[in-house]
Amino acid sequence: MFKNKSFGPQKNNKLKSQYRRYTRSKFGNFAFFVFLTLMGLFSVLPLIYCVITSLKPLEELLVFPPKFWVERPTFKNYEVLPSLLSSLRVPVSRYIFNSVFVALISTILHILAASGAAFTFSKSNLKHKKLLFAIVQFALLYNSYTLAIPQYLIFSKTNIIDSYWVYILPAIPSAMGCFLMKQYVDMSIPDALLEAAKIDGAGIIRIFIQIVMPLIKPAWLTLFLFSFRDMWSIIPGGTIFSEELKTLPQVMSSLTAGGIARSGSAMAATVILMIPPIVVFWCTQSNVMETMSSSGIKG
Amino acid sequence: MLKENKRLNKSMFKENAAYTVLLAPFMVLFAVFTVLPIVSSVVLSFFDYDMVSTPIFNGVGNYFRMFMEDKIFITVLKNTLIMAVITGPVGFMLSFLLAWCISEFNPILRTFLAFLFYAPALVGNAFYIWQVAFSGDSNGYLNSLLLSIGLINDPIVWFKDTNYNMMIVIIVQLWSNMGVAFLANVAGVQNVSEELFEAGAIDGIRNRWQELWYITLPSMKSILLFGAVMQIQSSFSIGAVITALAGYPSVNNSLDTIVSYLGDVGTLRYEFGYAAAISVFLFVLMAFTKIAIENLLELLGK
Repeated sequence: MFKNKSFGPQKNNKLKSQYRRYTRSKFGNFAFFVFLTLMGLFSVLPLIYCVITSLKPLEELLVFPPKFWVERPTFKNYEVLPSLLSSLRVPVSRYIFNSVFVALISTILHILAASGAAFTFSKSNLKHKKLLFAIVQFALLYNSYTLAIPQYLIFSKTNIIDSYWVYILPAIPSAMGCFLMKQYVDMSIPDALLEAAKIDGAGIIRIFIQIVMPLIKPAWLTLFLFSFRDMWSIIPGGTIFSEELKTLPQVMSSLTAGGIARSGSAMAATVILMIPPIVVFWCTQSNVMETMSSSGIKG
Repeated sequence: MLKENKRLNKSMFKENAAYTVLLAPFMVLFAVFTVLPIVSSVVLSFFDYDMVSTPIFNGVGNYFRMFMEDKIFITVLKNTLIMAVITGPVGFMLSFLLAWCISEFNPILRTFLAFLFYAPALVGNAFYIWQVAFSGDSNGYLNSLLLSIGLINDPIVWFKDTNYNMMIVIIVQLWSNMGVAFLANVAGVQNVSEELFEAGAIDGIRNRWQELWYITLPSMKSILLFGAVMQIQSSFSIGAVITALAGYPSVNNSLDTIVSYLGDVGTLRYEFGYAAAISVFLFVLMAFTKIAIENLLELLGK
């Protein structure tokens, strides 16, 4: 039952291209291409700008009028980063460890908690599940600004200030992740599939781990990216005091608050901090793109 | 018969217990770290509170002040609504259209295109390029371009000129806020059952637009709702972009929104009770929008 091949990615792409040929016009393909190229250029330009600026020597950073392109590219902005960082009490490796540790652990725990809750919201017969899910959805709409004070009080009452927990625990119950997973379960897990698995004697937990999680892989891979990106760049406001618990973005931002003379290094730091989320993007999304429709499920 | 019922009850009980185990970790932490702060914020909205002295009960005084006495609030409410009405629907449609368009290509090209469109989210809050591009002197990229081709004679101070500043903020907001809904839609489009397309082709669907309307959109309704809610949330909460680009307050408050005003009321004036009341009002506004959109999405494919 669980080894049924039809749950995996399908190999009927050939069939797909055969019938799709009738539904695609050349003009439409061309229009898509032009639209995507224009939008793509528009949205990737700032990223390119960051990279180019980080390669500019000081003279070019100060030049007026500012130029987009770099004339004599240099890695100097990157080379000075280690010396700027080495003046700190704690070795850089510690900050890197903290960032990676916090981002990975909270992302994994968030995905597990959110998927479990989403599956329950979508498929269980629990009383009040509609009400609870409505609360999750509406909580998403409450502006976080005025929540800072009560949240701080809760952190101090639960004694998690100045520990890894203050990063991890509040990140686990993110409403956005639960909402995304619930909508995706709704869309891609037919009730008939669960009924069949139950008749075969599988328990709910086993169905969740062996059937549901593999089928909603595109959703949790995407959620992995969202959560990793957020947690990687987290700068806690007033909840971490120990130097050895600080994260890389926090240290980088204090280093680069040094006016125009350091704006090159600031860009270099920005570019370096972008690398881990970009790596995660390619790992997760290339996987999502290959998971074609699970046509094996019959509703 | 009775035995049968008993067995059913028992299996039902086991099932519910398992579901509860799956739900509990999320709900417990959610209650502590999200629901509790929201509830206390709502309670706070009926008090006067400056973070130092004890809160004083004020009834609906904060709400009364918002609509009857605070002229700035009416201005920022108007700005918020204008921006939300434009960036919300445009951002929503764009994030779906892009996701749908890239699904036409092969997986490698698709990942590359998705990367381009997700790039703004990866850059983070780096608004530098927009500051340089729309810089108010003749050295800004846009000004120097317009000057050199002779369209304008004097540089335009983009963020101070009420003819343009709203438009610029809307563009930057659209650019920087599409990532989440876009990738959720990508994952959704990927998962529309292939059989539906096959059945559609047999039933006489002859072009991609019909396929979009009759198959793709209705089958990913739930993901579309997710995208819509994310857009409602971000388009009513524009604030950081504006403060970064134009500062606070902007000329005649022409750009300030509820969220940038919140920062002023809370962080600068320490009126946390009033800030909480504004948050509650903003929440009600978004909640009604969400309910309306949810009903609208039900009409898809009909």
